[in-house]
Amino acid sequence: MTATVERGGEVVRRQHSRTARPRRPHSSYALFLLPGVLAFLAVIVVPFLMNTGVSFTDWQGVGSPKWSGLANYRELMDDSEFWASFRHSLFMVVAMAAVPTALGLVLAAALFDFVGKHFGTKIAAVLRACFYLPQVLPIAVAGIVWSWILAPDNGSLNALLKAVGLGSLQRDWLGDPDFALYSVMGVMVWVQIGFPLVVFMAGLQRVDPQLYEAAELDGAGWWRRFRHITLPQIRPEMYVVLLWCTIAALKVFGAVYVLTKGGPGGATDVPSYFSFTTFFEKTQVGYGAAISTVLTVIILVLALIGLKLQTRAEDAEEGLRA
Amino acid sequence: MTAVRRYPVLVALIIAALFMVLPFGIVAINAVKSPAEYSSNGPLSLPHGLYLDGLKDFWQRVDYGQKLVNSILISGSVAIGAALLSVLNAYAIGIGRIKGRTWVLAFFVLANMLPQEALVYPIYYLSKQAGLYDTRLSVIIVFTVVQAAFGTYLLSSVLGQFPREIIEAARIDGANKWQVLWRIVVPVSRPTIGVLLVFFFIWTWNEFLLPLVMLISNDNQTVSVALGVLQGQRLMDATMTNAAALLGVLPAIVFFLVFQRTLTRGIAVGAVK
Repeated sequence: MTATVERGGEVVRRQHSRTARPRRPHSSYALFLLPGVLAFLAVIVVPFLMNTGVSFTDWQGVGSPKWSGLANYRELMDDSEFWASFRHSLFMVVAMAAVPTALGLVLAAALFDFVGKHFGTKIAAVLRACFYLPQVLPIAVAGIVWSWILAPDNGSLNALLKAVGLGSLQRDWLGDPDFALYSVMGVMVWVQIGFPLVVFMAGLQRVDPQLYEAAELDGAGWWRRFRHITLPQIRPEMYVVLLWCTIAALKVFGAVYVLTKGGPGGATDVPSYFSFTTFFEKTQVGYGAAISTVLTVIILVLALIGLKLQTRAEDAEEGLRA
Repeated sequence: MTAVRRYPVLVALIIAALFMVLPFGIVAINAVKSPAEYSSNGPLSLPHGLYLDGLKDFWQRVDYGQKLVNSILISGSVAIGAALLSVLNAYAIGIGRIKGRTWVLAFFVLANMLPQEALVYPIYYLSKQAGLYDTRLSVIIVFTVVQAAFGTYLLSSVLGQFPREIIEAARIDGANKWQVLWRIVVPVSRPTIGVLLVFFFIWTWNEFLLPLVMLISNDNQTVSVALGVLQGQRLMDATMTNAAALLGVLPAIVFFLVFQRTLTRGIAVGAVK
């Protein structure tokens, strides 16, 4: 141990004499970025550019790609499967961003402001843990659990409906084209709700408790405190959560793969699953690349708008404080 | 507010929370039922005694031990590799304040948001060319980089607020940049790096699309992929499905209990940065 320290000291002293000459402050830090930049070029930038390039070609994955210009994109415009998959994406945004954010807000406020205050933070923490648990579950496992609960024969949901005398409501939840999308949405709400809840509860800890006390003294009820204190105070968190969840909803793949495989009859197909089957089952690589490129453009545009809104909100807030 | 009005809200919240964990309970009780009991009493009855053959059968049939080893190996390597890469990147951006750092950071953020669908085919194709297809190493390399994008973003903003005086003092004492990084910056940022390690591990454990494409042989598959593929083939009976679900849920619950504090604190840190 001492030996190491001494050796370290020696190194330090030797270095000291060398750094006597004027040093450029920024240049050598860039060296620390080198491994990262090289790795990113190899694993993300090059594959991404290749994918974009392939989207302008006709390619089955073997032989050399044949340049076809915008043909794939033109075909996409007339492909009803493609439009359906993006329409389902909007449903996923509702199930994974809008609903969890709204429910998360109410739950977070109730747990923090009500349960935490009247029944102790311990109970609030336990309840929060229950809501968060599905978030750590691999989506493949969540899919197995739910496809079995929603199974038509002997599934728990149907058994439960029968047990309480609502047997007429029993159905093939994931196999009925009219219901499959809503069933998947329900599962996604269950999966997603913990994330906004935890973020919002952490955000609420920032809020000055005196605000609530003053409002309570002025006779403001729970709903008015929620609207006039909670909501404005955790607006930054809301932006972040909505942005992240919307992007996650557009990327959703595992849940669809495990629950429905896009079926029945394409009723739950989403862009990422559509591109996956086009790549690996139909091996129309050029067409698949076009689908994923469109998806990428949408996500990047959303991300840029979101980041812009976020910085603007932060700037505005700082302006107010100054 | 009166006590009479307080309890209904608490009860409603408890019922909602129970609804969230109910699926886990149903899976647990059915995983220990024998097939005969399941088919005669349905999914909602409590099990009479413990029937563990279903779990044992499933474990042996899919060689679950090997899947666990693969998942631990891949997630563990990715967590360490990605944390290391994030630290190096964030040191240059947050503390080195290199030129054009805003652009570099924006690049990492966008790389993090890129859908994997836009990378998966070229990665599949290139790894075949490089002889890395269907190896755990290929998945480790890809996810190390993907996770490091988030880590760089988070850690850069944390290190941007690192007290400059400490670094200046160390520099005056003659420490070079490498020594400052390992002896000062890393030890001081240990809590954030810990959060990153936990997140990278769990995220990689849960990843589905890329491992599904890259790991086709049984010996290399992760828990997520093995279970997802089995489910997709629709070959499992009810008992086997429940065994699969229970064995898939258990590691997640273990991580959750072990890392609960880090997880909830980490999400909060990640969201406001």
